[in-house]
Amino acid sequence: MPLVFGMVLKILFNPASEGISVSGALVYFTIPMPLQNLPITESQVNSALVIITIFFLCLYFTHGITVKAELRRQHIAEWIVKQTQSLVKTNMSDYFSGFAPFVAAIMGLSAFSSLMALLGLYAPTSDINIVGGWAILVFILITYYKMKCGPLHYIKSFGDPVPFLSPLNIISEVATPISMAFRHYGNVLSGAVISVLVGAGLQGLSNMLLGWLPGFLGEIPFLQVGLPAILSVYFDLFSGCLQAFIFAMLTMLYIASGFPEEDYFARRAKKTARSKK
Amino acid sequence: MELAIGIILGCCALGAGAAMIAGIGPGIGEGNAVAAACEAIGRQPECKGSVTTTMLMGCAVAETTGLYALVIAILLIFVAPDMLVNILLNAVK
Repeated sequence: MPLVFGMVLKILFNPASEGISVSGALVYFTIPMPLQNLPITESQVNSALVIITIFFLCLYFTHGITVKAELRRQHIAEWIVKQTQSLVKTNMSDYFSGFAPFVAAIMGLSAFSSLMALLGLYAPTSDINIVGGWAILVFILITYYKMKCGPLHYIKSFGDPVPFLSPLNIISEVATPISMAFRHYGNVLSGAVISVLVGAGLQGLSNMLLGWLPGFLGEIPFLQVGLPAILSVYFDLFSGCLQAFIFAMLTMLYIASGFPEEDYFARRAKKTARSKK
Repeated sequence: MELAIGIILGCCALGAGAAMIAGIGPGIGEGNAVAAACEAIGRQPECKGSVTTTMLMGCAVAETTGLYALVIAILLIFVAPDMLVNILLNAVK
């Protein structure tokens, strides 16, 4: 599996360190580029590994499907597809029914990236560049659907409800991708930082309290049993899945609310009437 | 020189701590949201699912201001000291 490959890479490249260390993504190597050198970091490699993993999972789930579901994995695949389709249908209008694969892709990518922390790998979502890229993609989609009625209609929407509020509208427009990126990144990163801090603190405490035990008994950090695991269940499992869900939900809500549906359909009806004449 | 670097490090730590005062706001806000959600579920237990989903969404949006503060605090702890000390060393040269 690709994840094993990621672990091997991590062990090969990670410099042996003792005690507490909170660092950004490791830089594996840099490719010289005309404008600026392109560093290939741990987060890029790990997100590529996540993409490959999801690709093979999709192949596995859809391998040998039949009209009448017989295999267990086909039931799982059908359940996933049905859930995302109903989610898209309840949160967006019927016009956006083709959005289900995109939403499922974002959700799966984000969830698997956050869950990578469970394997001891660097979670790509705790790097602002990865999440910022997704947020910019979503921002482009929002702007595209706002422009569906022509650029003039889009510019006019900034003067809503009164024209002198347009600077505030522009700021809130720009703030959308920034807040989406920071929300996801901050949640995952805070979990990672707190886990490291608690682990190091418990190690120090058990050294202080139980250091008098004879031999190697004094070196085992007994207090590290239990608490970091509970924290990991909350921060890595629960928070990671929740953030993936929230990112996908916000994507759907922003795109659906930015789309001027009534104006668009009125315009299209007018156009078809004109072309019929 | 050591004094200047010490002041930089100490002020970065103080600033990070002061920035996290913003954690109070989202805490109160999310508490209110969850209280209202519990009330709604108690009144209408049949729409528990949609109330929970909406509450989680609202909590995530309310968390954003706290997360801005967190990002600033992390920048102050891990990024700012190196940068400021480098600027100081270059200025001394």
